Amino acid sequence: MNDNDNRPAHGHESPSGGTAVSLEHGHVAGSGNVPDRFENPGLPPHQPRHADVDPKAAKRAERQVLALFTLSILGTLGFVIAYFAIDIEAMTFFPFFGHVSVLHVLLGVTMALSLLGIGLGAVHWAKTLMPDHESIEERHPIHAAPADREGFVDTLADGGEKAQLGRRPMIGVLGGTALGLFAVPPLLQVLGGLGPVPGSQLAETFWKGGMRLVRDPEMTPIRADEVTLGSVFHVLPEGIDGETVHGRPDSETRNDEDLGVLERKAKAVVLLMRLDPSQFQSQKARDWGYQGIVAYNKICTHAGCPVGLYEQQTHHLLCPCHQSTFDVTQDCKVIFGPAKRPLPQLKITVDDEGYLVSTQGFMEPVGPSYWERS
Amino acid sequence: MSTTAHGESAPVADRGPRPAPSPAAKKIGGVLGWFDDRTGLAKPVRYLMHKVFPDHWSFMLGEVAMYSMVVALLTGVFLTLWFIPSAGHVEYTGSYIGLNGIHMSEAYKSTLDISFDVKGGLLIRQIHHWSANFFIAAVGLHACRIFFTGAFRKPREINWVIGTILLLLACIEGFAGYSLPDDLLSGTGIRVMEGFVQSAPIIGSYLAYFIFDGAFPGEAIIPRLYIAHVLLVPAILVGLVAAHLVLVVVTKHTQYPGPGRTNENVVGFPVMPVYAAKAGGFFFIVFGIIALTSALVTINPVWMYGPYDPSLVTADSQPDWYMGFADGALRLLPGWLEFSALGYTLSLNLALGSIVLLPVAFGLMGAYPFLEAWVTGDKREHHLLDRPRNTPTRTAIGMAAITCYLVMFLAAGNDLMAIKMGLSINDITRVLQVLFFLGPIIAFIVTKRICLSLQRQDRELALHGRESGRIVATPDGRFYEAHEPIDKYTMWNLVDYDAPKPLELTSGEDARGVKSPTAKSEKRRAAWSRFYFSDRIPPVTPGEVAAAHHDGHGHEAIEGGHREAVGSGSHSAGH
Repeated sequence: MNDNDNRPAHGHESPSGGTAVSLEHGHVAGSGNVPDRFENPGLPPHQPRHADVDPKAAKRAERQVLALFTLSILGTLGFVIAYFAIDIEAMTFFPFFGHVSVLHVLLGVTMALSLLGIGLGAVHWAKTLMPDHESIEERHPIHAAPADREGFVDTLADGGEKAQLGRRPMIGVLGGTALGLFAVPPLLQVLGGLGPVPGSQLAETFWKGGMRLVRDPEMTPIRADEVTLGSVFHVLPEGIDGETVHGRPDSETRNDEDLGVLERKAKAVVLLMRLDPSQFQSQKARDWGYQGIVAYNKICTHAGCPVGLYEQQTHHLLCPCHQSTFDVTQDCKVIFGPAKRPLPQLKITVDDEGYLVSTQGFMEPVGPSYWERS
Repeated sequence: MSTTAHGESAPVADRGPRPAPSPAAKKIGGVLGWFDDRTGLAKPVRYLMHKVFPDHWSFMLGEVAMYSMVVALLTGVFLTLWFIPSAGHVEYTGSYIGLNGIHMSEAYKSTLDISFDVKGGLLIRQIHHWSANFFIAAVGLHACRIFFTGAFRKPREINWVIGTILLLLACIEGFAGYSLPDDLLSGTGIRVMEGFVQSAPIIGSYLAYFIFDGAFPGEAIIPRLYIAHVLLVPAILVGLVAAHLVLVVVTKHTQYPGPGRTNENVVGFPVMPVYAAKAGGFFFIVFGIIALTSALVTINPVWMYGPYDPSLVTADSQPDWYMGFADGALRLLPGWLEFSALGYTLSLNLALGSIVLLPVAFGLMGAYPFLEAWVTGDKREHHLLDRPRNTPTRTAIGMAAITCYLVMFLAAGNDLMAIKMGLSINDITRVLQVLFFLGPIIAFIVTKRICLSLQRQDRELALHGRESGRIVATPDGRFYEAHEPIDKYTMWNLVDYDAPKPLELTSGEDARGVKSPTAKSEKRRAAWSRFYFSDRIPPVTPGEVAAAHHDGHGHEAIEGGHREAVGSGSHSAGH
């Protein structure tokens, strides 16, 4: 379809005459004596600048440009001096900015002077002293001439003809298939080598039954009587740092024992809180806790940030990333925000010595949701 | 008064007899001659030096984007000399006392070393981060300028698509960059990224394990992000920017309408010497402003966050501002969008705000020129820009999109707003959830009305001229304010635009309007055309001005932009 067929009045003919410009963008000329559209009046007369008519102003502009270039040179010198003269550890106090590194600020400011001097000088030069007469450049249609377009198509068709694609179509079919497939080997290599398949790792954590709850980062076990009402502990399973393993590893936890400490922590971190047992609204919280001490996984069930804020008065846990709010008195169910599932609870009790231990691992996958999570 | 440069094929016309070359010019000619003998570049380079660029402050935004990208590339190369992209564990023993003895990754340690032990290293790091911010902001503003002035129309649709890809890549590049130092904040960003990758239906957990080479966080992500950040994405960015610029040269720059400016010319200043000095100088201004900002305003003080630990988080964790809209979307989406059935989980509360939002938002943006061209049926080349008020519906669509973006962006700061303004975070989030749907509609209506009012104001000015402030008393005791006619250049600024009428199904101008398989799509198109063009204020015609002048001070005779223009020469009744 022709590009211009719906607007017959519009054409690419050059405007006739030197400055007379036709300005139609597809408007049909009006009928009657009064024209339908205004005529483009052409460029307004040039307004001379101060520096064009007043030699003093021109001289002043020149001096300003020279001053700016000099400022740039001084800035560069200042940078070099500051670099060698000032100790990297020197600090100073500026109101509003606070404690700042002297070297950093001086280097930055002198560098800025060195750059701005050049830039402002050049622009000022261009605006005051260089010609400000506007030039006119004609546009030409972007597309090639119709003959060239036809020639292009002909050449293409001719090439196909000479390659005998029409007569021997199987060459095209199989050649195309081969071209479509040749990327498979490199892609397979790179995709296959990117990483392992998740297996059941996302569904498991380092926790299993009989592990002591230890403080992070001291890695010391916690006695139940140390957890006072209203307190909150940042807790990890004993042995997560790989140095001590409480109990024998079995097949269930093998996956996580293979992981590094950070990867284990990314799933196993737990928050331990003590509430008055009467505050819990479900029996499960009491059964899975110990005398009002409850342990919940710290990884948000939304996007996986650690649920970092505990409001002691309301017993709400708040994730600072997207503001999901979990209510500890209601099995950590979501009471606000984009998360859907409650934080998984870790069933705990105390061992013979009075230390808190887990009675089993997490009974559901922790952290953000994924497709095959049931 | 004007130089006329011809097209690609023709040499530039000489301007009078040439003076005898000075000795210096001869010498330069010798060097340049050597190159021209081997490249033949004298002619194309001369053509480029004569190229004319129109002047307007808003054309500077693209320049800011390009120059800050160059600054980011330069400082980025510097940083690679010291940065170690490794998650390997080390104990910190550098100059920053606050973290002494802390175990951390080599990436974090080397970032601290750049900040505290390399002279000027902190400045380079800050310039790198600031220039990246300038780059993305400038690309975004440049895209707004292109959108609101209609510069994306034929023949520049390809450049609009390239620009859209550049904006997306710039955000990705920025995300990869601020994730590299492996401080607590950047690690939290990667954690969220892992979370939403995992939310992809069916393949999510596999995708996450492939990206992280196993369980999160792993040790692979930093070197992988690093090669994407320093090679893969920058290579594509630079390549696309080059294509973007080549297309600007091929299609020539657009210009704002005005006296002497037509769809067939470019009015402006030649590269040599004016634009070489202005644009060249402007690079130094942009670089200088970035350097000054970096010297005075600290950005991303990683030493305050500590090394990444997946069990820890800082309060008010936020991504860099350009990722804010996606983070805000995650905060706005309600939890009930997660569904479980038949043993599978679909986390739309996460997926919609991330792996769906990004392709949909950028896809719609990239597709807009084609959608608008389909509605208008306009296949002409456009080199004159639209004043935003003269395309009320497009301007309103743009403002609606920006409102949508701003609501998501504000949502990313819902915690900060709650703290700073003493409001309930729940209320803020609820309000923003409602505003996400309501805001764009309000913005659309308000913007369109403002545009139409401004057009009416233009009409008023064109018809009756300026208010002179002079009160005239008539012999019969009436008073009126005398209006002064405006000059022809101002008049041209007010009347040089198109106000297309909506397409009509039965109109003869489209031969395919007859019953055809496309009838349904034509009907849809006519409906969209009404949406775009049913509210129109046509430009003032000479006939209307003549009528208005005949009528003296009576304004009402020519009122009514909605109606068809007053017939030429006919004096409307009344008064």
